[in-house]
Amino acid sequence: MRHRSLLILTTALTTGALTLTACGSRDDNKGGGDDSGKKTTVVIGVDAPLTGSLSALGQGIKNSVDLAAKTANKNNEVPGIEFKIEALDDQAVPASGKANAAKLVGNKDVIGAVGPLNSGVAQSMQGDFEKAGVVQVSPANTNPALSQGDNWGKGEFKRPFKTYFRTAATDVVQGKFAAQYLYNDAKKRKVYVVDDKQTYGAGLAAIFSAEFKRLGGKIAGTDHVTVKETDFSSTADKVKSSKADSVYFGGQYPEGGLLSDQIKKTGAKIPTMGGDGIYDPAFISASGVANDGDFATSIGYPVEKLPTAKKFIADYEAAGYKDPYAAYGGYSYDAGWAIIQAVKSVVAANDGKLPADARAKVVEAMAKVSFDGVTGKVAFDEYGDTTNKQLTVYKVEGKVWKDVKSATFED
Amino acid sequence: MHELPQQLANGLALGALYGLIAIGYTMVYGIVQLINFAHGEIFMIGGFGALTAYIALPSGTSLLVAIPLMIVGGAIASVAVATAAERFAYRPLRNAPRLAPLITAIGLSIVLQQLVWGLYPDAKKPRSFPEIQGESFKIFDNLYLQRADAFVLVLAPACMLALGLFVAKSRSGRAMQATAQDPDTAKLMGINTDRIIVMAFAIGAAFAAVAAVAYGVDKGQINFEMGFILGLKAFTAAVLGGIGNIYGAMVGGVVLGLAESLSIAYIEEIPGMQQLGGGAWANVWAFVLLIVVLLVRPQGLLGERVADRA
Repeated sequence: MRHRSLLILTTALTTGALTLTACGSRDDNKGGGDDSGKKTTVVIGVDAPLTGSLSALGQGIKNSVDLAAKTANKNNEVPGIEFKIEALDDQAVPASGKANAAKLVGNKDVIGAVGPLNSGVAQSMQGDFEKAGVVQVSPANTNPALSQGDNWGKGEFKRPFKTYFRTAATDVVQGKFAAQYLYNDAKKRKVYVVDDKQTYGAGLAAIFSAEFKRLGGKIAGTDHVTVKETDFSSTADKVKSSKADSVYFGGQYPEGGLLSDQIKKTGAKIPTMGGDGIYDPAFISASGVANDGDFATSIGYPVEKLPTAKKFIADYEAAGYKDPYAAYGGYSYDAGWAIIQAVKSVVAANDGKLPADARAKVVEAMAKVSFDGVTGKVAFDEYGDTTNKQLTVYKVEGKVWKDVKSATFED
Repeated sequence: MHELPQQLANGLALGALYGLIAIGYTMVYGIVQLINFAHGEIFMIGGFGALTAYIALPSGTSLLVAIPLMIVGGAIASVAVATAAERFAYRPLRNAPRLAPLITAIGLSIVLQQLVWGLYPDAKKPRSFPEIQGESFKIFDNLYLQRADAFVLVLAPACMLALGLFVAKSRSGRAMQATAQDPDTAKLMGINTDRIIVMAFAIGAAFAAVAAVAYGVDKGQINFEMGFILGLKAFTAAVLGGIGNIYGAMVGGVVLGLAESLSIAYIEEIPGMQQLGGGAWANVWAFVLLIVVLLVRPQGLLGERVADRA
């Protein structure tokens, strides 16, 4: 008897836990009242961290793709096609991303996917999309190896997955741009480099360090932090005693915000610089310590300042999403819109109907997509990388990120 | 070596935090031999309870007034959850094989995380927590003590002392010791062992709430996942110090904290070890230390050798 009740209890608890987890990853996107049976439904998958510490970015990605799909439906962008999104949560965990990729390609209505946020997650998903021949457009991955192969550092470029595209510029562009700004504009000469050991952070930190040294700067020291840990006081004191005049952090804002705070608390009055991973309001708001003077680079010009983005911002606000579009909203909208444009050209070439091999056709059409998007001209080169190499440096001033320099990257 | 005092201070503050959480593991283990893996989540819930208390206070309340009230608010939340967990999850399994409550604890930890994630407003991302402001205290040229670190360094020993006195002197404390030694005999002597067990859970949870406030005012943020890694570290501290021994929890915490901060600072300065130093390897060195200690003293630093336990 005792054993039975024990079994029931354990089962109940486990079921409860699993149900709750499942609830978290379900998207409450109710297609609703489309009664026209004639339209073909095409699903655009979305994979991003919708929960957890990076959810500020993930929710912005999901909402922006949703907005792209809704806009296409409203304007009847592709006659006869109704776009829907299916958003899955990867919690920034590669294994979850892989499971989501399998789930998306298993749904025959999925024509393409937007995501993921993290380069490390992308690595685990690329193979599944390629096998199924489903196009994948990331709004945020910046690791060069994803599109140029593992030996990109040695100058051998080989595209590993023909289904992979991105609207974000790579870390090579971003890391070098950051080094040039810190050395030439901010006049810093001695930098302490910290990374979070992840695909994105470690890659970015290495590219930054190489360029900073090439320019003539000095690396005062290096250290690594562990994701999800929160006490970096020992590392902060090492930074202080190294007498560095600046810090470069390769990683995301949860650790970046804490690291910057803890360095400032040691009394070292030096700025922390990072990539687009720290360019988020949560980097500043996560704690009470002022982050004034910290820098971040991000891809593209500030969305708020692009004339092409005005409509996006207005539409986003009108749609009444709960979370802001965050750092990748514009890129996500463009990624979603690129898939829509590819579908449009495929449908147009097939007498206004979706062909049977639509997935393969969309991959082909993707390479030729070209339009003026939220973030500027959207088009892809032979590796699937964006041809848009505009970047901006942002600086924290009084609790907000202010753009201080926008330029097109030149090697 | 110029920064040694500073790194020692960092390690002590971190260790004191581990120690406060470790009390919860060690109290419960000492009395019912249960490893309560949900304790990390009890710590997290203490943090959210404290945040709720802070939000309920009129804005502009000085932290000096707010912190005690936040500790009370956090403790109410964490004690309520811990005693409910004991009553509804662990008590029915008390005579079951030992693996059953262990797995239950792991399941409970997932459930609690998801509940806070789903039900607490805006808890899906880190929530900001009132932070102790102000310059750090200058003690020597090479030793600055941050206010939040000073706070935990005063609070932790004070709590330990109070707990030590309670267990050694009070009637309930002696009943607790008796239950730990032999629950059946204690029951025969008229001790309400169920009540004592609930008390052990409650004390552990209250300490976790204190730790959560100390953590929040230092880091300036709390999130629903924060209990996992800290809980694991605190459990390690409890084992290192000798699980079942309340002073061991504090000693284990401090040793673990010092090991982490010193390995971050100095391993890479040993010739030939450059690759094995820094923050990336701190956890590795902490666990190497744990293994070495357990090889020499399997019962932990202050633990007693008990044949029929662990």
